[in-house]
Amino acid sequence: MLTLAGIAIIAIGFVAGFNPLLVVTVAAVVTGLAAGLSLHEVISALGKAFNDNRYVSMVWLVLPVIGLLERAGLQDRARALINRLANATTGRLLIAYFFLRQMAAALGLTSLGGHAQMVRPLIAPMAEAASEARFGPLPDPVRHQIRAQAAAADNIALFFGEDIFIAMASILLIRGFLAGNGIEVEPFALSVWAIPTAIVALLVHGVRLWHLDRQLARTMQAVKP
Amino acid sequence: MITLSYVYLLGGALFTAVAILSGLDPSNPRRARTTAFWGLMALSLLLGDQISDFGNGLIVLSMAGIAGTGGLGKGTLTLEAETERQAFRQDRGARIGNWLLAPALIVPTAALTGTLLLKDLMIGGVHLVDPKQATLISMAFGVLLALAVALPLIRTTPLVPLQEARRLLDTVGWSAILPQALAALGAVFALAGVGKVIGDLTATYIPAHSPLAAVALYCCGMAGFTILMGNAFAAFPIMTAGIGLPLVIMQFGGDPAVVCAIGMLSGFCGTLMTPMAANFNLVPAALLELPDRYSVIKVQAPTALILLAANIALMTLFAFKV
Repeated sequence: MLTLAGIAIIAIGFVAGFNPLLVVTVAAVVTGLAAGLSLHEVISALGKAFNDNRYVSMVWLVLPVIGLLERAGLQDRARALINRLANATTGRLLIAYFFLRQMAAALGLTSLGGHAQMVRPLIAPMAEAASEARFGPLPDPVRHQIRAQAAAADNIALFFGEDIFIAMASILLIRGFLAGNGIEVEPFALSVWAIPTAIVALLVHGVRLWHLDRQLARTMQAVKP
Repeated sequence: MITLSYVYLLGGALFTAVAILSGLDPSNPRRARTTAFWGLMALSLLLGDQISDFGNGLIVLSMAGIAGTGGLGKGTLTLEAETERQAFRQDRGARIGNWLLAPALIVPTAALTGTLLLKDLMIGGVHLVDPKQATLISMAFGVLLALAVALPLIRTTPLVPLQEARRLLDTVGWSAILPQALAALGAVFALAGVGKVIGDLTATYIPAHSPLAAVALYCCGMAGFTILMGNAFAAFPIMTAGIGLPLVIMQFGGDPAVVCAIGMLSGFCGTLMTPMAANFNLVPAALLELPDRYSVIKVQAPTALILLAANIALMTLFAFKV
């Protein structure tokens, strides 16, 4: 039971608003100590795991490119592009992005998209510009709301698209687990059963994004009568 | 063979530059700590394989210490610099137009084609790139290619992309390494057997007497455990061994393919609702400069809960053949 101390630290730390990086590190050390490792062993285990997972942080390699293009006005370009489409709204744009992102992920193309590469430089400014064109200048809370919606659309479309592709890591994990328990499953059988949830995800989130347009219209009407 | 270590060298060079540029910026109120933080990151990337595990552990502790005791600072622009940036944008925008979008698409395109083409490319019986890491290596190539195209197009010096990377990292701050730290935490959890304890607790103390109850327990367990661990892949083997396999599949005769596929997707519902999945939920909030760290999670939660209910319904409907 003592092994769960780390989880308790995380729950309390996050809720109490301590710095998450500090909370996570303390939780790791406490969990290791609770499992009977010495302090030296715990720090070594943490260091080894951190070193083994350096690839996770390599997403930041893209920052010089994105930053340079932003400096030259990439976000302005994205906005101008949206303003040329008379019918564009924030909700419709995000539905279109959601659909494309989900389809691409279902074909295994998960690297098309992402928060640093697509959402910050292109999708979020486009989504903001679509509402600006309709309602005029946006107050900051509305702007932030639209940006959060853009990030959410990227995540949800990715999660409920990628499992349809048969070579995805999760499919391999499931097969490996079942094979270890003496059950053979075809990858195709697994990917097929990702399709119903994918369709529900598209419908549910699509409706919510469609509602977003009406909600934005209401908010903006309340802001300036 | 080109392996990840080359990508780490590139990353190390980037973070070294960020550390130096932060150190040279008097407008950053926490100059020394910011420099130290990114310097440690650079050290880990450049020499992580040479220094001992304990040394790497001390790097993690130091970075967490810097983040937890006041955090990093941010460089600020003077009004003059702001005006200058605006003029630069307008000038380049007028000259380059929509061609500016092209370099932005080079990185994902390179990652994609590289993954498809380079994975099996052999030269003299040796893989040109490490096939398991083809996507990351191709992405790194894509970054270099995009810079090679964008710098002459925009007509500026190589220092500019580095300064801009620092500006963006200043907005993301310490949360830039949170996903990596969480991955490390996951490894320590696995070492300590945290998952097994929770799986046993759930399977022992929560009853499930009907197929629907077993399915609901499994799906909610996947989501809940993913919320705790931040990763559906960590939750899956534990919850499936604890509940999915013995109850839903063995006892009530559920189809393993349906149960596991939808069980994993139930875990993804949890991923949408947890700060522990920092790279999906907290990092974008920082990257998009949102004042509320949890605003992306708040937007995602309703969809995630509806999808969790849908998964329970779908699994109950399709897993049990009549």
